[in-house]
Amino acid sequence: MSPHEPLYTRVLPPLLVFVGVLLIWQLICTALAVPAYLVPAPTRVAAAAIANAGPLATATGLTAAAAVLGLLISLLLGTAIAIVFSQSRLLARSLYPYAIFLQTVPVVAVAPLIVIWFGTGLASVVLVSVMISLFPVITNGTTGLTRVDPQFFELFAMRDASRLQVLLKLRLPGAVPYLVTGAKTSSGLAVIGAIIGEFFAGYGAAGYGLGYRILQASGQLKTAELFAAILACTLLGLVLFAAVSLLGERVLRRWRGRESEA
Amino acid sequence: MSPVPTPAPAPLAPLAPLAPLAPLAPLAPLAPLAPLAPLAPLAPLVIARGLGLRHPGGVLALDGVDLEIHPGEFVALIGSSGCGKSSLLRAIAGLVRPSSGSLQVAGLAPEAARKQWGRHAFVFQDPTLLPWRTVRDNVALPLELGASDPTAPDRRAAVDRALDLVGLAEFADTHPAELSGGMRMRASLARALVTRPALLLLDEPFGALDELTREHLDGELLRLWQRDGFAALAVTHSLAEAVWLADRVLVMSPRPGRIIHNVPISLPRPRPPELQTSPEFMALLATLRAQVQRAA
Repeated sequence: MSPHEPLYTRVLPPLLVFVGVLLIWQLICTALAVPAYLVPAPTRVAAAAIANAGPLATATGLTAAAAVLGLLISLLLGTAIAIVFSQSRLLARSLYPYAIFLQTVPVVAVAPLIVIWFGTGLASVVLVSVMISLFPVITNGTTGLTRVDPQFFELFAMRDASRLQVLLKLRLPGAVPYLVTGAKTSSGLAVIGAIIGEFFAGYGAAGYGLGYRILQASGQLKTAELFAAILACTLLGLVLFAAVSLLGERVLRRWRGRESEA
Repeated sequence: MSPVPTPAPAPLAPLAPLAPLAPLAPLAPLAPLAPLAPLAPLAPLVIARGLGLRHPGGVLALDGVDLEIHPGEFVALIGSSGCGKSSLLRAIAGLVRPSSGSLQVAGLAPEAARKQWGRHAFVFQDPTLLPWRTVRDNVALPLELGASDPTAPDRRAAVDRALDLVGLAEFADTHPAELSGGMRMRASLARALVTRPALLLLDEPFGALDELTREHLDGELLRLWQRDGFAALAVTHSLAEAVWLADRVLVMSPRPGRIIHNVPISLPRPRPPELQTSPEFMALLATLRAQVQRAA
């Protein structure tokens, strides 16, 4: 898809599909008289969303805050870990298995432990979000920091550059495109992590987020509200991903210079 | 408005007669000049004796290399691919450590020369420009590294001079991705010259460019060499390029590399591109070709 295509030819087709699916969904629900607690018709979901607009917005805001915090911590921590990995092959070799361990351990299973240690509330939710979104930053960052054309190392060595100069003037700027990719992947994961965190720890003094709302709605069989919450989660993930992508594009455009094509 | 009458100019006073000149004192006889001390021959910048280099993998790249590079001379290094030309260049640069024999750069061990002397620069086969830096900032890079003082007041002047030398002044603020291959190589050359090196090590620097661009850049390199007076050691694949550029051409044997011929190129300087079609040039090229073929 070329970015020079007019907006309507890019936006219109998927929009038409969306409207079409909604229509079919609505028709099936009314024609077959599907019970609302199983599959609510789109109109019912919309009604539930509007009726609960206030609490839904508060919950989305809380989840968004947890996800953004989780993403920021993942970016800082992940980059720091990647820098450590890039400085010594021995260090990387000894620690990398644990980074993979972090990725493979079922966070859903560990979450109750986190609640025991850190209690319910924002801190635990953010922690779960970080656990899930950290890994892509570490891997992408490490790749970017270590995949350097050896001639660049020779160029720096010719001027007797220090380790710090190699890191700051060669490795880190070279890793920027990789870190942007990592941040994009992590942005979606941070939202998922925040919701999972809220399943277990999502009620605190500040109120409750989308994850907790989903549990509540499901427990009470308020399926339309459940759908509305799912919709809010999806939108939140989409908005965060789009924001990170846009920001990343800007960073990359500055990185590459004024040249327009990728 | 009536015209203002201009007053008549006052008559000039007659000139006073000139005083007669004092007679010149006779010139004192010149003191006899002290006899000139015989010029000390300039010490070679690079001396290699029986130099051997084994790669970590166990491959013997160089074996028994003898070589001298003198200040200000242009030496071309030629040989079949994989004969260790790049390894020799990197050993001189202090980037890889020789495994036998002796090697001195500016009177120091190559690694010490890289760290303490630092008056040699390496031009890689690829432009090796940092894509996130502008041309100017790429050229300035060597002045920021090591113990260089990044706030030195003449830094900007040095960068401007280097950009001027290679004709990239008006592209100073563009990024490498916006430049052609030849212009990127110019930027790479400017970066090597910004520290005013005494020894330039070139590893097939224009090998990846099309022939016309390469010839043009070779001409520029010759001009810069004549202007700045650095010594140059250039690895090349092209016999004609070697004959055109160099004072002498070193021919290397296939791996393990050794220098088996030292062919002086007695063509006068400056050497315009047209020289390449002259009979003398052709004769030298034929001699060199015969020697390289015997080596292979």
